Formats: sequence, structure tokens, C-alpha cells
Amino acid sequence: MTGLNVLELRGLGKRYGDQWALRDCTLALPAGRVVGLVGPNGAGKTTLLQLAVGMLAPSAGEIALFGRDPREAKSVLPRIGFVAQDSPLYRTFSVADTLTLCRLLNARFDEAWARDRLGKLRIPLERKVGELSGGQRAQVALAVALGKRPEFLVLDEPVASLDPLARREFLTALMDAVAEDGISVVLSSHLLADVEHSCDYLILLMAAEVRLDGDLDDLLAAHRLLVGPRKRATAGGGIAAVVRESHSDRQSTLLVRIDGPILDPAWLVHEVDLEELVLAYMVEQHEPRLRSLPRLEANG
Amino acid sequence: MEFHRDSRSGLAPYLQIVEQVKEASRLGLITPGDQLPTVREVVTQLAVNPNTVLKAYRMLEYEGLVEGRPGRGTFVVGTLGGLPPDTYLRMSRKLLPWLREAKAAGLDDESILALVNNNLREQAQARVA
Repeated sequence: MTGLNVLELRGLGKRYGDQWALRDCTLALPAGRVVGLVGPNGAGKTTLLQLAVGMLAPSAGEIALFGRDPREAKSVLPRIGFVAQDSPLYRTFSVADTLTLCRLLNARFDEAWARDRLGKLRIPLERKVGELSGGQRAQVALAVALGKRPEFLVLDEPVASLDPLARREFLTALMDAVAEDGISVVLSSHLLADVEHSCDYLILLMAAEVRLDGDLDDLLAAHRLLVGPRKRATAGGGIAAVVRESHSDRQSTLLVRIDGPILDPAWLVHEVDLEELVLAYMVEQHEPRLRSLPRLEANG
Repeated sequence: MEFHRDSRSGLAPYLQIVEQVKEASRLGLITPGDQLPTVREVVTQLAVNPNTVLKAYRMLEYEGLVEGRPGRGTFVVGTLGGLPPDTYLRMSRKLLPWLREAKAAGLDDESILALVNNNLREQAQARVA
């Protein structure tokens, strides 16, 4: 265990009956990063997040959160903040009562700081949570999580239900907290444009397995889109692997992982953005890949 | 100066910041002695990751355009507009034979620009990596 990783997962898996919701997941998340967890619905994003903070017990593998198993060492729990999907809060409580409750339940909760923060966002403290707009509710949930002054913040789809303005305001507030306190963050999202701007580390989950993970800029720099006259793609000449290829009558389009400059002058070389990269890795999975199909698990 | 998100540029967010600083310098909007917005200010303007801003500022510092002064901020120290005129002239002369060759080979203006941009970007990325 190095001191630089907030979270390390080794061979982590979670099984419901004979279905693996997450399988063979090995990751190390460096401290001080904002990690974007992306993948289609049902890929295992929520399962991964809940395992990471000890809300679920794994069926296989190990979790080290600040070097400790979160289900054994409760002492790590005050150091993490977790916001579940749809920012669950008590809707009949006022914002002020919500903050008071948090102070009573969390030794580390800084109520004055959270009040101040929500005041600056002009969120009415006396109003009932259920009467706030979706954007305001998300901000309250974020303030509640940040009020613990956590070192590691986990957010499950924090902006999915927000309109574009509220989303931008939420992410600004989150990035501001990262800039202020240098906290580490993992957030799952479908919105790749948001991930591209707010995150510097990417994890792509597909069908319960990690397909891609690493520094976001490194991943983008390691891939290119090649367009040229129709031909089969092979590794070599700068192409380390072909992630995805499509061919029309006369033209071929490839998304490749590179290990040097593309030498073949027939290709027009384009950089990829996050969306192209993620979609390429998601589509490739639909091609026949027998590897992930027939693995039946023995009981026990 | 103020930054903006340019989603059509296709550039990574940190490169967008780098390009916007350089453009401001070329146009004379920022000159040596000016202070760039703090990381916190850019984060609030763009809702971007602070590491993105730091990376952009590091790259500009590496290229000699700005300088980080601990505890005070990031300041413009270089300039991109102020090269002596004969430098442009000299580089332009060297470019002419190449352009003629490219035209003869059948490249039109747009292909030439695409080629140049592509190479510049590759280089920029190689420097950061």
C-alpha cells in the first residue's frame, strides 16, 4: 500500500445470485484526483461506488480505503463523504434542521461552514428541503457531504437530474471545493462533456468489468482516429492496437491506440475527444468477444 | 483575462487554456507584468478541474510565457507578438519552396493547413507527455 492512493481495489467482485454486478476489478486511485466513472446503465458503477465506501460487502477481492478495509476499520468512515444517486435528504426537514442533524450525527461536521457555504449560494436555510429546486437540493446534499470536511468524496450520478445551469453551478461548487481543500473525488456520470471538464482520471466500466482506466489526458494522447482509403488495419507503424474499425466501400475509419507517430501516410490522423474514445471502447464490446460470455461460476 | 470553453476546438480543456493565453499574448491583450487569473478564479469561471488549470499554467511556464511566483500568482513574463520582423521574413522564405512542392503534389490550402495543425498538435502533446 502506497500512501499516495486513496483507494485500492484488488480483484474486487460482487455477485447477486449467479450474476456478477462487478467482476475482477483491480484499480488504484491516486490522491488529489477527480475521477470520472463512466459506463452504460447496469455496468456496475453504483455497485463499485458502494463497495468502495463499505456500504456493500464484496463477494470477492479486497478493498483498501486509506489503506484499511472500510468494513473492518470504521475509523476511515469520517474521512469520506458519500452522496447517493438523486441526493437523498429528508424532504420535510428545513435546510437548517438538516445541517443541525448532520452536526449531531457526525463528530467532524462543520455546521457553520456548511451554513456559510449555502448562504453564499443564496439557498434559503428556513425552507423545507422538499420545496427546493432540484439544483438547490443537490447543492444542499453536496454541502452536507463537504461539511464533514472529508478527504475523499464519492458522488453517484450527482448531476444526472439537473438542468444545464444547475449542473454547471453544481460542478463549479464541486471544483471550487477541490481547489480549496485538495480533496479526492470519484463521481459517476453519463454526461461525458461534464466528465471531460471536471475530471482528470477516467474509469470506464462495461458489463461489470473495467475496460479502461488512467489519467484522462494520457488516455486521450494515446489514441488517434485514422481516416483513409479502405484497408485492413494492422498493428505496427505507430499503431499499438485497433480499438474499433468501420469500413465503407472506399473509406476506413479506425480508432487506434498508438505507441508512436503514425507512419503510414495514407491515414489522416485526428485527435480524439473523450466521447469518441469512450464510445469506441463501448461499441467494441458488442462485437463478438467470447471471452466474457461463457464464464460460469462454481458455487461458493 | 477571461477564459471560455471552446467545445468546437476539439482541444483538451488544458490546451484550450494554453491557446487562449497565447492568443491574448499575440494580440497584445496581455503583456509582461500582467497577472493571469488564479487557479481558483479559472475553476469558478469554467467549472473545470483545478489540475487542468495547473497543467495549462505549467505548460505555459515551460514555454517561457508565464512565471509562477509562490504565494502571489502567475505572471506574464514573455511575449509572442514581439519577434523582430526579419525573423518572420526569414521563416517565410524557408516556407516558400515547401509550399510550392506541396501544391505540385496536389495539396490544396486546406490540406496544407490541416497538415500543419496536425503536426503542431502532435508536437505540443509530445512536449507535455
